[in-house]
Amino acid sequence: MSVWVQRLENPLSARLRDPAATGYTGILLGALAAFLCIPPVQARTVTWPIVVGVIAAVFGIWTVTRGRARLGWGAVAAGVIGIGLGILATRSSVGNLNAVFDAALIEQMFAFTTPLVFAAIGGLFSERSGVVNIGLEGMMLMGAFWGVYGADKGGSWVVGLLVGGGVGALLALVYGYFAIHLRADQIVGGTAVNFLALGITGYFFFQFYNGNYIPSGVSTIPNVTIPGLRHSHFFGPAIGNLNIMIWASFVLVIVSYIVVFKTPIGLRIRACGEHPRAADTVGINVYAVRYSCVVVSGILAALGGVYLSDGFTSGGATFGDNMTDGRGFIALAALIFGNWRPAGAFGAALLFGFSSAVALRLQVYSASAATLFNVLPYVLTLIAVAGVIGRTVPPAADGKPYQKQ
Amino acid sequence: MGPERDELVGSAPTVAARLAFLQRAGGVAGAVLTTALAFVVGGLVVLASGANPLATYRAIFDGSGLNWLFPWVHGVARANAASSLQQTLLLTTALVLCGLAVGFAFRCGLFNIGAQGQYLVGTIVAIWVGSSLAGLGGPLHILLAIVAACLAGALYAGVAGALKAWVGAHEVVTTIMLNWTAVWAVSWLVGEGGALQAPGSFPISRSVVDAVHLPVFWGSPTLQGLDVGFFVALACLAVYAVVIERTTLGFQVRSVGFNPEASRYAGMRVARTYLVAMAIAGAFAGLAGAVDVLGWEFNVGVSDVQASQIGFIGIVVAVLGRNRAVGIFFASLLFGALLTGTSTRNLDPSVFRPELASNLTLIVQGLVILFVGADVLVLWLWRRRPRRTVVGV
Repeated sequence: MSVWVQRLENPLSARLRDPAATGYTGILLGALAAFLCIPPVQARTVTWPIVVGVIAAVFGIWTVTRGRARLGWGAVAAGVIGIGLGILATRSSVGNLNAVFDAALIEQMFAFTTPLVFAAIGGLFSERSGVVNIGLEGMMLMGAFWGVYGADKGGSWVVGLLVGGGVGALLALVYGYFAIHLRADQIVGGTAVNFLALGITGYFFFQFYNGNYIPSGVSTIPNVTIPGLRHSHFFGPAIGNLNIMIWASFVLVIVSYIVVFKTPIGLRIRACGEHPRAADTVGINVYAVRYSCVVVSGILAALGGVYLSDGFTSGGATFGDNMTDGRGFIALAALIFGNWRPAGAFGAALLFGFSSAVALRLQVYSASAATLFNVLPYVLTLIAVAGVIGRTVPPAADGKPYQKQ
Repeated sequence: MGPERDELVGSAPTVAARLAFLQRAGGVAGAVLTTALAFVVGGLVVLASGANPLATYRAIFDGSGLNWLFPWVHGVARANAASSLQQTLLLTTALVLCGLAVGFAFRCGLFNIGAQGQYLVGTIVAIWVGSSLAGLGGPLHILLAIVAACLAGALYAGVAGALKAWVGAHEVVTTIMLNWTAVWAVSWLVGEGGALQAPGSFPISRSVVDAVHLPVFWGSPTLQGLDVGFFVALACLAVYAVVIERTTLGFQVRSVGFNPEASRYAGMRVARTYLVAMAIAGAFAGLAGAVDVLGWEFNVGVSDVQASQIGFIGIVVAVLGRNRAVGIFFASLLFGALLTGTSTRNLDPSVFRPELASNLTLIVQGLVILFVGADVLVLWLWRRRPRRTVVGV
């Protein structure tokens, strides 16, 4: 209470004395140090990143001395990493830099992020209601195949989304029956879902398409062209022509935040995930809530998969065995890294999507470095769960089957 | 509030305790019946795609080489069966070791999804040691490669164990992350420009020197005959059974698996037990990688690394085998045979397309783990029991 009064009286000086704000400013400055050296700013001298990075580190140390050690060291690390990346950038050629960091990188970042966002938000619903879902990968893969199959046979990408989402829901329902009703171990069940999805999609890919490729001319999820931006120098290639699903993913993040944290439904979901017995006592049907959430997670993960096969590549619909290639697990990582919150999961997915887009372009420097870059999401999540940068706290009853009394 | 069995399952503190209870409830019959159920569902899939399920399963059985066991198979068929059976047993070897990696952690109440990553780390370390130090001499070099791979696997799994022990990070999350880290790191090492890439431009690793190849005792030494790694796996099964059932360490592992809180009160060091259990599990998986590399793979390519599933099938093996040595052996044999029997090389394409069949294997694996994990049949039978039965707590 007193903090607020103080802020109202003298907002600016109070803000400056707040170690948390200083710590976060330090982290932002660390990012800025690296950002200064890449297009469009592209400083070609090492002075700028070093100056900004050192300021970030100083902010960090000040924060540490004010008792926010973890945040402070985070800012120091951001400053050091920013300086390192900045120096690396000034050492590499302008041509290479421009090849890696152009406006289309933004578009690609969103393209890589979108399937992760759909699956991660799906996982959020499931885990917030108390059901761990490591089957996201499998549900996504099912969406990818059946979505493209629906778009092919149904003649429209809308049918693809419906079929893909429907199959995702069906698989989630099966998983839910085992995880909720039979109270099977949820990790075992999720592993089973991943095996099943791999087998079923591979099987029917051979049965229907001879295991080769999807015929050309299948209706794909269209892009949205923003007329005013289309020919703008920077925003045109960046966001002037994004896929519908990319915009949908932004809406999804906002809607899921409102649903989970601002509505009675969300309160019920979170009650089932934190303390199902208490939820049951006040008359919430825990099984119904958990079933709904698991089905929603299946639909969303599958929609992410449909986007992957029927909207991700501009050349037309594609599918291949094990097409998702770990994206469901990256989504799980984003969910954990984002601390089971929509905005956090979205931020983490953006970071991982950005790293995927950059990895693709790092080929201009070295193919092997580009390969190694793929470990980034997983290593960052390991560091996050190790408690080095903040603590990740799952819902209390996450993964625990509930027994009605 | 009678002590219903369902409630016991629901309230048992750990996975290990739940599985142990189901073990007592269903025994081996549950596992066998649910596997049969999975095969029946798989047969329906075959039927739906217009083939004869019985003929298909027969062809898969023949493709696995298990018909070698029939004395009436003679001539060319027998020679083919022998070669197929050698492949089946090679896969069984790796599956046994990966199953032990999952099973050992399971008995401690830990879900080691990371056998795949630990296996890959063992593989790459065995390749590194086996392809360098030429001239060290056979037995010593082999021993060095195997020990290094086991240690690497143990350390890698130990990361998850340490995080579990000290900061309470869930081992499922950490081992999933470690799996994918291993996939990309190993791809980087053997891929283009990688430190362990063979000379040339192919994304494939260096080969281990001839001196470290494990001796082959059945079949061709160059064309995937059965090497002594098979006996290593059998020995590990025995070691596993003895350590788990007959030693202080095993007692602690099982005790922590059943109830970490009670174990803590009894004076056991729970955190240390988690760490040790994960390290031992990782050593088994690392050994699997070493035995595969030194026995018949000799090198790996990026595509092998990315497509490898052996550690994940280890989960199926451990769950189906109920984390018991004997169970793990037979489950490994089952899936080794299924994988071999449905491979493009071994399945008669006139009966059923091998590409479909190998996906059928994945479906059967998924169904088995789904059914056995939930003990569908056991639960169903239990619900039909007379209501008077009381189970002691």
